[in-house]
Amino acid sequence: MVDRVTKKASLVYFIADNIITSLGFTTSENFQAIREGKSGIEIVKDKNIYPEPFPASLVNTKKLEEEFAKIAVKGHFTRLEKMLILSVTDALKHLDVDIRSERTGIILSTTKGNIDLLEPQKKQMREEDRLHLWKLGRVIAGYFGNPNEPVVLSNACISGVLAINIAAGLIGQGKYDNVVVTGGDIVTKFVVSGFMSFMSLSPGPCKPFDAVRDGLSLGEGAGTVILGNKGRTGENIIFKGGGSANDANHISGPSRTGEGSYIAIGSAFKEAGVTGNDMDYISAHGTATLYNDEMESIAIGRHNMENVPVNSFKGNWGHTLGAAGIVETAMMLTEMKENILLKSTGFEKPGVSIPITVIDKTKNKTLNTCLKMASGFGGTNAALVVQKN
Amino acid sequence: MEELIEQLKQQIIEQLNLEDLEPEDIDPEEPLFGNGLGLDSIDALELIVLLEKQYGIKIENPKDGQKIFFSVKSMAEFITEHKK
Amino acid sequence: MTPVIETYCHLRNNRIFRDGKLLFESPDTNLKDFLKSAYKFLNPGYAKFYKMDELSKLGFLAAEVLSPAFDKELRPEETGVILSNTHSTWVTDLRHQQTISDTENFFPSPAIFVYTLPNIMTGEISIRHRFRGENAFFIFEKFNPELITDYINRLIMSKKIKACLGGYVDRSTDGYDVFVYYLRSGKNSTQKPKHTAAGMWKLYEII
Repeated sequence: MVDRVTKKASLVYFIADNIITSLGFTTSENFQAIREGKSGIEIVKDKNIYPEPFPASLVNTKKLEEEFAKIAVKGHFTRLEKMLILSVTDALKHLDVDIRSERTGIILSTTKGNIDLLEPQKKQMREEDRLHLWKLGRVIAGYFGNPNEPVVLSNACISGVLAINIAAGLIGQGKYDNVVVTGGDIVTKFVVSGFMSFMSLSPGPCKPFDAVRDGLSLGEGAGTVILGNKGRTGENIIFKGGGSANDANHISGPSRTGEGSYIAIGSAFKEAGVTGNDMDYISAHGTATLYNDEMESIAIGRHNMENVPVNSFKGNWGHTLGAAGIVETAMMLTEMKENILLKSTGFEKPGVSIPITVIDKTKNKTLNTCLKMASGFGGTNAALVVQKN
Repeated sequence: MEELIEQLKQQIIEQLNLEDLEPEDIDPEEPLFGNGLGLDSIDALELIVLLEKQYGIKIENPKDGQKIFFSVKSMAEFITEHKK
Repeated sequence: MTPVIETYCHLRNNRIFRDGKLLFESPDTNLKDFLKSAYKFLNPGYAKFYKMDELSKLGFLAAEVLSPAFDKELRPEETGVILSNTHSTWVTDLRHQQTISDTENFFPSPAIFVYTLPNIMTGEISIRHRFRGENAFFIFEKFNPELITDYINRLIMSKKIKACLGGYVDRSTDGYDVFVYYLRSGKNSTQKPKHTAAGMWKLYEII
């Protein structure tokens, strides 16, 4: 296995994707909605989740059941499993990738998986090990008949971006021809109560990078990005480089100097052979907490990218945790294909100390080389660079 | 007040897992954060939970915590003022 | 060239082993007391330890055992932390669930909730030793060194990192299992175990 590493790395292509959120069940539905400036964040009144109303972006349950009924599969699946299965199924459509092949790998990105099964009213539905993340990986891989041990990554809010970085590495070294990166998380009592105790939820829809931003909004969703060693006819987007780093500062508060994010971006740039000057666009993490957005602006500034257009999709979908890095990368790829910069929903007035260029209006721009950023609890940060080939 | 201060010291040690401290190690007028006991932002949030759980006092804005949680004494004064 | 393991440790059955040799044995049979006495034995003088959940304490202690071998010359971003387990943060998940299951007594605690992410443990280790390199946390059904040995070797060969903590730190309601190692690139020696999946299986099972 190791001798393969020395082999010249081949190009890694983004060949398909899917996004399932409050705004739609495909990438194009989501793109259209965001282009129209829509936000799926609403005030949720569900005492089973939290005693008081709270804003969140939820996947429509009726639509989820309808869509799942269309693929009419036997067996019992949880809400999250249905979302993940639908997401992978849609991404695989019209694609000549054999998911049953041992040359196709699966990486699952999630923070809490089926944690809703801990709730007493769901006890009957619960097989003891269904709550465990490795089992979720097995259920998804098993559904599609993939013969490989699924790789499950749980690294807080950077899981999605890191999963794509790892997938690219596995293809680059020749371990797989294709890798299906899928990820998701749902809005549960477990997670909402935790974020409430952190007092990090905004009372209204979140406002990334805005002067009056006051916290994040939670969201749920699933996403899939399929990477492969062969491009498609026409224009392709390839993976250029990735990196991760730790702030080594605090387990919940981001670094005041943006250290980990700065290192992760630098590492991705180095692998990609680019600098901040080459970036046409940045898809930031942009949670809309005071400290995260400030920290990201500092990291962007330290790489001399103040003039590079930047947005966050948290104002549209909320923070979808384990799905975030995947759905946001998929939307970045769509912007590149369409050569469009999407407005950063919720942003009105600059509110970070570094004068970064937050996209205040959807507009056309030729996009060749772009950066995705992510940061999370545990002081963890990741970045990846993609480019048109 | 004296009694409340002693009770608070014990509750703080328990809630914040300050296992290597004894109540008598805490000076009620010494700052809890910064150079004092070296507490951090998660501890501040835990103290908010402590006030709600033990004394039924709810703090909506974490920024208010800075004054209230300056020291054990300031906490005790706040509780005395606001206890239902 | 395949990197070699500088040093490794196991935490099992109230004992700490370094490089396969018994380093510390606690008379206590429950985890809470073992963690406390192991901390006192290693004596790192790090009060934040008491605030950690059990999973983080296990990972922290393992890193502490290995720390004399850490290369202090390296820049912070040159050391990575790539760990794995089976049960993610299961025991702490149950603790958080307890705080929210009774509507009359609904007091979610931020200090518990934050530990319901397994990479908080990697964060704690990173803070303690100023490791700012690549970090990742994987979940497998059981100890499975295939992917992480491959991944760490690739990070080293692509020069993203020069050293790494790797391994497995698991805590479940049934017990715990810890096997963590440290490797440093360029220190090749025929005497030391190679960082391959087969090699890690062998070391994992040595105790």
